[in-house]
Amino acid sequence: MSDARPVPFRGGGFRPTARRGIGLVVFVVLIGVIEWGTRAGWISNLTLPRPSDVAQTFVDLWNTGLLFQHLLPSLNRLIVGGAMGISTGILVGVMIGLFSYARAGLVPLVAAIFPIPKIALLPLFVIWFGIDEGSKYALIALGTFTPTVVATYGAVDNVDRTLIRMGQSFGLTWMSIVRKIVLPGALPGILSGMRVSVAIGIILLVAAEMLGAEFGVGAYILQAGALYDLERLFAGVVILSVLGVMTSWMIGQAEKRLLRWRS
Amino acid sequence: MDLNARNITHRYGDMVVLEDVSLDIPAGQILCIIGPSGCGKSTLLRLLGGLEHPSEGEVLQVGAPPLGCLNPLTYVFQDFALLPWRTVEGNVSLVLEDHGLERHAADAIIDDVLTRTKLYDFKTALPRQLSGGMKQRVAIARAMAVNPAVMLLDEPLSALDAQTRELLMDDLIGLWTRQPFTGVYVTHNLAEAVRLGHRIAVLSRRPGRVRDVIDVPFELGDRRPGMPELEALQTRLWDMMRLEALAADQELTDV
Repeated sequence: MSDARPVPFRGGGFRPTARRGIGLVVFVVLIGVIEWGTRAGWISNLTLPRPSDVAQTFVDLWNTGLLFQHLLPSLNRLIVGGAMGISTGILVGVMIGLFSYARAGLVPLVAAIFPIPKIALLPLFVIWFGIDEGSKYALIALGTFTPTVVATYGAVDNVDRTLIRMGQSFGLTWMSIVRKIVLPGALPGILSGMRVSVAIGIILLVAAEMLGAEFGVGAYILQAGALYDLERLFAGVVILSVLGVMTSWMIGQAEKRLLRWRS
Repeated sequence: MDLNARNITHRYGDMVVLEDVSLDIPAGQILCIIGPSGCGKSTLLRLLGGLEHPSEGEVLQVGAPPLGCLNPLTYVFQDFALLPWRTVEGNVSLVLEDHGLERHAADAIIDDVLTRTKLYDFKTALPRQLSGGMKQRVAIARAMAVNPAVMLLDEPLSALDAQTRELLMDDLIGLWTRQPFTGVYVTHNLAEAVRLGHRIAVLSRRPGRVRDVIDVPFELGDRRPGMPELEALQTRLWDMMRLEALAADQELTDV
């Protein structure tokens, strides 16, 4: 057999695996390049602030206590508004998933509300719920509500029907089937819907705070932008990014704990 | 408790799936239902257990279910239908929770059925950790936990490989010999039918009618794989079904 050669390998790939630290490296390199560019002068100060200056601004924010003065009201709005929107969203989504009348009546309504830019309704909310916290809660609640509803009823629809038949064949009560089969089966979909809802919540939080708030990350960014103070503007943006990463991490942890049964 | 199917006809829209099917399922016996694919075997089983309404005819339960029976008509499904978020123990406990049993009574039942199906050591495992054969054992344990009057088995071994199938067949025979249960066993595998059935009902292709009901004159415990008598019976069944199966295979399905 003079003409023997190994079979060429053609498999593999198409299966991304976890690579620790790469995300961090990308961040560090990107920030390093910007730092170098702004110091060397090929990125002008008007285009981008120097990262070290942004960090300094951040330290000042921390030291003066201004950080928490802005962050705490924002967190409060996000948590209260988000909790209202997500909990009613899950409730309505489950109802749409379970009851024909709820589905027939509410799906068109949700489809009609979904594409409205909620921020356009803020003036209305101010009249309904007052200029203070009420209108901001309402805005965030409505903004997180619609994506949660859509994700939840989709998740309920996707629950394995054979499991529900099984429950019925063993004479489980309706309540038991919902509690022990439908809800746990819909949980993966509900949690991944929450990622989207929370991100939308953060966007709306900032928008609401820009339109009328003394304190809050959005108000802080707006002030900085009005003065063209890029360092402070970027410090505010970094806070939002961190908030986004944190919430996403928290949902990831919840998924890890609650969905351990998934293969 | 006996189960009686009387003149059942079932339609999906205009399509007649089952036509005038009458079957007796006497207590303590296993009735196997075989037939070419698409003949309505599984539909018939769903009708027998009340998961679907027959278009015409009725299914009757004759006599009282045994004492301590929590769910007279109990299914074992082809795809196991285990809750992936519950452990082996949790999956069995699921079907006991709605009956207001005391904690220790439920635990006793769970331990008993898991021991009988040799699953006791896997109590806390999740379904994803189990092989197909083990999953089906869990489903069988779950069915036995409610002490059913009639077990309705819908191709329970079809999702398993040949060796596992052989093992589980032995298990089922063992379970029946120790405590005879009434069963309706739907399958397309003739070897399973001749091993497990006291009687075998042969359905025709769609619309399914009962072509014949054949008695298998051997005790379940005495049957061995490859017994000439069983082989002969299997050949006879296949001769009966062959043309039907061929025709069913060549049918266009537009449902």
